[in-house]
Amino acid sequence: MNKSFLILKREYLTRVTKKSFLVTTLLVPIFMGAIMIVPAWLATRDDKQERTIAVYDESSLFLDQLNQEGYTKYHFVEREKYLTLKENLAGSEYYALLYIPENIYTTSSAQLTSPKQIPFELTEQIERKLSQVIETDKRQKVISESGVPDLEAKLAATRTRVSVNTLKVTETGEEKKSSSMVAFGASYIMGFLIYFFVFMYGAMVMRSVMEEKKSRIVEVIISSVKPFQLMFGKIVGTALVGLTQVAIWIVLGGTIIGVLQGFMTPEATQEMGQNLMQSQPGIAQQTANVEPNQIAEVLEMIGNLNLPLILFSFVFYFLGGYLLYSSLMGAVGAAVDNEEDTQQLVFPVTFPLILSIILLFPIAKNPEGSIAFWASVIPFTSPVCMLARIPYGIPAWELLLSMFLLTLTTIGAIWVAARIYRTGILMYGKKVTLKELFKWLTYKS
Amino acid sequence: MELFTAKNVVKVYGTTRALSNVSISVQRGSIFGLLGPNGAGKTTLIRIINQITAPDSGEILLEGRRMKFSDIGRIGYLPEERGLYKKMKIGEQALYLAQLKGLSHSEALRNLKYWFEKFDIGAWWEKKVEELSKGMQQKVQFITTVVHKPQLLIFDEPFSGFDPINTNLLKQEILNLRDQGATIIFSTHNMSSVEELCDHIALINRSKKILDGPITEVKEQHKSNIFEISYRGNFDQVQRSLNHTYKILEHTESASGNTLRIQHLAGHPGNELIRGLLPVAEITSFHEVIPSMNDVFIKVVENYNAQSNKP
Repeated sequence: MNKSFLILKREYLTRVTKKSFLVTTLLVPIFMGAIMIVPAWLATRDDKQERTIAVYDESSLFLDQLNQEGYTKYHFVEREKYLTLKENLAGSEYYALLYIPENIYTTSSAQLTSPKQIPFELTEQIERKLSQVIETDKRQKVISESGVPDLEAKLAATRTRVSVNTLKVTETGEEKKSSSMVAFGASYIMGFLIYFFVFMYGAMVMRSVMEEKKSRIVEVIISSVKPFQLMFGKIVGTALVGLTQVAIWIVLGGTIIGVLQGFMTPEATQEMGQNLMQSQPGIAQQTANVEPNQIAEVLEMIGNLNLPLILFSFVFYFLGGYLLYSSLMGAVGAAVDNEEDTQQLVFPVTFPLILSIILLFPIAKNPEGSIAFWASVIPFTSPVCMLARIPYGIPAWELLLSMFLLTLTTIGAIWVAARIYRTGILMYGKKVTLKELFKWLTYKS
Repeated sequence: MELFTAKNVVKVYGTTRALSNVSISVQRGSIFGLLGPNGAGKTTLIRIINQITAPDSGEILLEGRRMKFSDIGRIGYLPEERGLYKKMKIGEQALYLAQLKGLSHSEALRNLKYWFEKFDIGAWWEKKVEELSKGMQQKVQFITTVVHKPQLLIFDEPFSGFDPINTNLLKQEILNLRDQGATIIFSTHNMSSVEELCDHIALINRSKKILDGPITEVKEQHKSNIFEISYRGNFDQVQRSLNHTYKILEHTESASGNTLRIQHLAGHPGNELIRGLLPVAEITSFHEVIPSMNDVFIKVVENYNAQSNKP
């Protein structure tokens, strides 16, 4: 096995010392983070444009009610000014013109005119404001007509907001705070990571096999080592590259979470929560009843996931899925002569993997369903799909069955791949059919 | 003393027979030519010797013992389909290949230094393969084949891609290796290099060995009793002195003398021909035409194919 080690070492070092390795290792988390954070950041970003809106209020309901709100100012105008503005709004100092008809009380409809495209949020803000005013007015009338004393305060007291804290009972009877949101997130991210790794490193093995075949070095090498040793060294070497990458990410991620947790003292969290609410007036109303230290709580829930099991399963299914697919993809690389011919063979191999990523979302949504069960037990989809179920907790027998089947299938796949590989690497100028591949399985080594 | 023997080797791929009952034996310290048309089965046999594939039946012996996988370190193999990692530095790559053959790092480094100096290519050590010409790459490949001082060397079309100067250099190195005690199996279509280098040949055609023997004997066996005679005298007189058992193949006349190519159809030795000619011509040179390996190759293969194509 000393020679396998030499091969493994070469595979590992040539990849890890490449500039592209460093670049992807650093860029992938930045890219993934950007995919998650940038849209959220953009959505919460303040609209800082100052706008003055001319209001012509026929109903006279809103005169003292519409004041400045955020960066939006309201300026009430008379009928004459309204008519001139209507003719020439673009030339005026106003951003838009709000017309409140006399009968708004019954029609619940007003009109906002602007030469520009009015942002959705502004329309929403005005709608909310107008509804609020009419609602208050209507309520006041009902209250004064009913004659019930302190009705206003009584009604206010009826307002209730319930938040459901999910607890998960462990086998020891201990209750732990869990959140289906956190489990969903974890399962989705992990399923996706496995898919991403298996695909990326499987393709790496395939390309490496093809390179050796194409450059014609392979015959020189297999006159020194057995083809299986070469394939084995290559697959394990590439897996180590992947694990190195994951290790770098875990260290980086751990440092970042550690630093964040350091900042997450209760006061800091509270302050942060308040800042968050001040910057978002709309959300402040909705989340007024939510505990301010929710970020710390999410961190606690992450801590309450069964991390050792998740980590173990992640490594197990990563290795299992990777060995299964990379050996098959290595066989594909050996069977073809050039890149163009790979497609028709790669697709049948990777199809279950693509299927499993499609199933990932339904499974993360309903981890107990029959789709989830079968997809996480069948070896070709189990690496991605089982991992998506694990954060929710899973019966031990299902996990063991899935692991057993995956191990068995992987061994079978390696056996098949090794046979295709050792024949394929020396076969040039022949377009390989599936029938031909089956024949190779029977050749004596 | 035999270094290497293959006994009754059979290899079948699906329905195609690649080798049927092929046996060869290679003497220690000799150069053995493995010849045959494309697709005859040479490469399959070579791959079996290198343990890249296994025979369906038959035995491969090294020094009289069945060959084991660990014996692979005693073989150096330069395949016909050969290449190097394009993005890897020459030195690093040569070290890697030498270590795969079982040398330790320091041993590999020492042996490589010797060869790189010998071929005057020390400056290439840090270069990547893609920066070298094809001929340069071939030199590196040759070095990686011999660096572990193998007892048995197998060269499959070693000269393809070499210019004449490098071809000569390589031939010289192959002969040197033989003189130092290495045994060499040499496969090529280049018959002139076979005649220059080989002591013994075997010819494989359509999966069967159809010819085997020391190169001088093989050529002797396939001579067709053709003699070339230079003489001074009258061609008509010469012609009249020859009886019907002789066939004149070619006759040229020039100021310095005439030349005649004669085939003796009955296969008598040349002395009889000389006796017949002596009274009528002054013989200035007389020799029997020995066929080249090229002629032997073509004749044997064509005869065999014609035979086996008969219904």
